Amino acid sequence: MSDAYAWLAIALITLAATTGDVLLAYSMKRVGDVGELWKHRGLLAVIARVLRTPTFFLGLVAMAVAFYSLLFGLSWGNLSLVVPASASLTFVANAVAARLLLHEQVGRRRWIAAILVAGGVVLMAA
Amino acid sequence: MTLRKYLVLAGITVFSPTGDALLARGMKEIGGISLHNFHSLILAILNPWVAGGIVLLLTFFASYMSALSWADLTYVLPATSLGYVLVALIARFGFHETISPARWAGIALITAGVGFVAAGPSVTTAGAPHPDPIPQEAKP
Repeated sequence: MSDAYAWLAIALITLAATTGDVLLAYSMKRVGDVGELWKHRGLLAVIARVLRTPTFFLGLVAMAVAFYSLLFGLSWGNLSLVVPASASLTFVANAVAARLLLHEQVGRRRWIAAILVAGGVVLMAA
Repeated sequence: MTLRKYLVLAGITVFSPTGDALLARGMKEIGGISLHNFHSLILAILNPWVAGGIVLLLTFFASYMSALSWADLTYVLPATSLGYVLVALIARFGFHETISPARWAGIALITAGVGFVAAGPSVTTAGAPHPDPIPQEAKP
């Protein structure tokens, strides 16, 4: 039973974290290089610009769902299963989502990385 | 890629697994949560280990947001995946969890992904332009 709970949590974490990652990546690209912004306008300008980006908050909500799913998962499963399995699945889902939704050029190197991680997930679940 | 940017990536790598490890320590103290005692999930943040984990994960989050502002999502995630190895080491030596050879091999495959992206470009898209662009020239 605890295994079923752990995998349920892993599925929830993956779905919520991918949604959050895509929304946050979109938001931060819109904000621009925060290092440059900090240097030229100061930290307050960075914070103000991030807080004025609505998709950032949607991303935060998705990440909060992922976080509580993680707590739920960690109360049932081992750290060495729940964290790498959910993070790796999120990584693969993110590669697809980033290609489709963020129009990132996911070239050969990045796909090979995705395949290696997918193989790693299978081994970890064995 | 500058030294500052590599330090931000290193911060993501370290703070995420150490934060997760503190959370795991705290959640094991609290015990299994089910629908019968669901409210204890909300109260979990009062546990010092969970609270410490949250502080580390907030630091991770700030580094992560910074990295996403100048690099692709598909670059940042694999570039910081050495953190999984750190999780395994913490689980093995900190919590004395048993890690099977297959699981070690899985961790090795995940880590191998780092090499494939780290040598590639960090950004392939400009994203949607902000209406108020950041000046690129240095201050006089």
